Amino acid sequence: MEFSVPNILKNKIDELILHYPEKRSVTLMALHAFQEYYGYISNEAIEWIAQKLSLMPITVLELVTFYPMFSQEPLGKFHFKICRTLSCALKGSKNIYTFLCNKLGLDPHLHGRQTTADGRFTVEYVECLASCNTAPVLFLNEDFYENVTEESVAELLSLCEQKEGENE
Amino acid sequence: MINKDQLQNKEEIPMIDIKIDGKAISIPKTRPHSVTGKQEPTTIIQACSIAGVDIPHFCYHPRLPVSGNCRMCLIEYGIPAIDRDRKPILNPDGTPVIRKMPRPAIACFFNDTATTEIYTNTEAVKQYRQAVLEFLLINHPLDCPICDQAGDCKLQEYVHQYGQETSRFVEDKVIKPKKRAISSKIILDNERCVLCTRCVRFTREIIGIPALGILNRGGLNQISNYPGSDFEHNYTLNAVDLCPVGALTSRDFRFRMRSWFLSETKSICPGCATGCNIIIHSRDKQIYRLKPRENDNVNSVWMCDYGRLNYKWVNAQNRLTHVFAENTDGTQVESDWLSTLKKIISVLEKTPPKTTAILVSSRLSTEEIYLISKLAKRLDAFTDSISHLGEGDSFLLNKDLTPNSKAIQIFKLASKTPGDRIAEISKNIDEGKIRNLLVFGEDPIKSGIAPGILGRLDLFVICDILVNPSSKEAQYLLPGASFAEKQGTFINAQGRVQRFGKAFSPIGDARPEYWILANILTKITQESWPLTPEGIFNKITATTPGFENMTWELLGTVGMDIVSTANTTE
Ligand code: SF4
Ligand code: SF4
Ligand code: FES
Ligand code: FES
Repeated sequence: MEFSVPNILKNKIDELILHYPEKRSVTLMALHAFQEYYGYISNEAIEWIAQKLSLMPITVLELVTFYPMFSQEPLGKFHFKICRTLSCALKGSKNIYTFLCNKLGLDPHLHGRQTTADGRFTVEYVECLASCNTAPVLFLNEDFYENVTEESVAELLSLCEQKEGENE
Repeated sequence: MINKDQLQNKEEIPMIDIKIDGKAISIPKTRPHSVTGKQEPTTIIQACSIAGVDIPHFCYHPRLPVSGNCRMCLIEYGIPAIDRDRKPILNPDGTPVIRKMPRPAIACFFNDTATTEIYTNTEAVKQYRQAVLEFLLINHPLDCPICDQAGDCKLQEYVHQYGQETSRFVEDKVIKPKKRAISSKIILDNERCVLCTRCVRFTREIIGIPALGILNRGGLNQISNYPGSDFEHNYTLNAVDLCPVGALTSRDFRFRMRSWFLSETKSICPGCATGCNIIIHSRDKQIYRLKPRENDNVNSVWMCDYGRLNYKWVNAQNRLTHVFAENTDGTQVESDWLSTLKKIISVLEKTPPKTTAILVSSRLSTEEIYLISKLAKRLDAFTDSISHLGEGDSFLLNKDLTPNSKAIQIFKLASKTPGDRIAEISKNIDEGKIRNLLVFGEDPIKSGIAPGILGRLDLFVICDILVNPSSKEAQYLLPGASFAEKQGTFINAQGRVQRFGKAFSPIGDARPEYWILANILTKITQESWPLTPEGIFNKITATTPGFENMTWELLGTVGMDIVSTANTTE
């Protein structure tokens, strides 16, 4: 099936193109738009963007794989981003990460982002979230949590379950 | 194509005086850019190369845009010291005081014109090199024993020369894909890759197709094509040549031979009329690979994949390796050169004018084509050749897929449209007017001579490298030599005369065609003809317009252009 991009997204990219002297400069913004809309960036999306901006798909793929905020696979409904930079590391972010992974049945020793088999949770390390004074910190989807502990993370998990229940 | 005079810039380029490791040298202030040819300030690595000082490097390549990513080329440099008022500080003898800068620079990119001294062998430079190599080896798989590049590898060479003896690395190495087919012709080993991006720049800047890129980042960086779209193109194997390590390997050559067993012979690609300069890598009368050889007048440092892989016929199963002569019962039996040539000569000696036709391949050397023109003259023979046309492309590959059509034209063995006399020759054979047919390197039936009439000839000789469908019809079948088995010259489409060398002696009983021709000519003209390509070539230069300034010696390794005269230009 042809990959069809909804008009709202298409219009957004067309609009973005007007802002830059060169079409290729839009690549990053376009990737953000796709990541936001679909939750991940598929090969079809890469090829669509490449064509739109007169680039080779490999050039777009380079960017997608360079920046950790882009994902090539669908992410879980609940996305934990745990800071691992110096202040948080000193304050034990590794324990938080390990605790969370163990709770969710993920392997804390694996490199990179992981999603649970049921597709509900994604856990990953990120770099400094600019809140070093309240380390350790994490993001759960768009919400920011400071001074987290194993207990508060466990609470967050039950909050997630609760939210899921509400939606059903 | 560009000729030498054009390459040299019209305007005089100013020189600057610098010192490299204490030795004074004058270097041009600017050099032509690797791709655009525009004059740009001379970089330190170029200055050092002029001075004959080696700077180790991975990402720098004289034919690619500078990238400056590997840091292997770090050097130290000094500039004239100035005081607080920005006035030069002088030594008691009036010369400027030179101050070594505290930080190193990358020689491949740095071109500060204030630089007056370059230091390439200081203790600091040694340490920089050692450190860069230590980093490069951290995730390197060290699988040199099974690597095709071993012996030719820059990483091996530099580690041996500048690296440290022991590794301090105790952690786990990053695992990356080791055997990725990025095209039908190339395998990529991401673990051996030093991420110099030469291959990436080649695809983007030289062939204009960004087929390769770098994925991920940091220690996980890897070269890749876009999944599902292979790197297919007629020039991809040049990326294998560019790769300084064994990360890109040619599927054709992979694991076939250790590079140090191969002997190298300077040659010319016989694949088309461009005449790319090449090196034959061979061992024990077997070609293992062809590689491009630098010649700015022809192919720069590139060659096409078609030409590069077009060598298997030299060692093919259907190579003609012995002389065959037809028996009284019509079967072909193995024979020897002496008696066979004697029989051929005895017929040609007595044949009246205009009773012989000669079909000549434009794959023969200039010397051979010249001798055939002399034979044709003596016999007043009909001659023709055959065109072998392909598609060609806009980079190097010519439409004419034979290397020496130009010589056929110069010695007038065919009209401007080779093959247009075949019908007439065929008719004359049919009518019994042509009694002898000599064929060099073509298939007469495929070329258009009616198959039924060949039996009417008094003499029918085929001299060729491979057995072809017409071979069994010949009275005499003579095994010729391929371009790798003899010396000679080809004249490319632009009229450049270029010498190719002999990599090994002909397989079996095969003989170079010039040897066969010179023997026949010597007998039937009662003159003595040189038996060496050099001797024949120097005879050509004495009598052929446009060749006056050439000698075999002067052709050297890069050839010479024919001076155009009314006779040789089209
Ligand atoms: S594959 Fe070879 S040429 Fe390409 S980046 Fe790696 S080392 Fe350099
Ligand atoms: S362009 Fe022609 S001469 Fe050059 S490598 Fe290809 S076939 Fe050979
Ligand atoms: S180190 Fe975690 S917020 Fe800065
Ligand atoms: S050769 Fe200069 S940085 Fe790579």
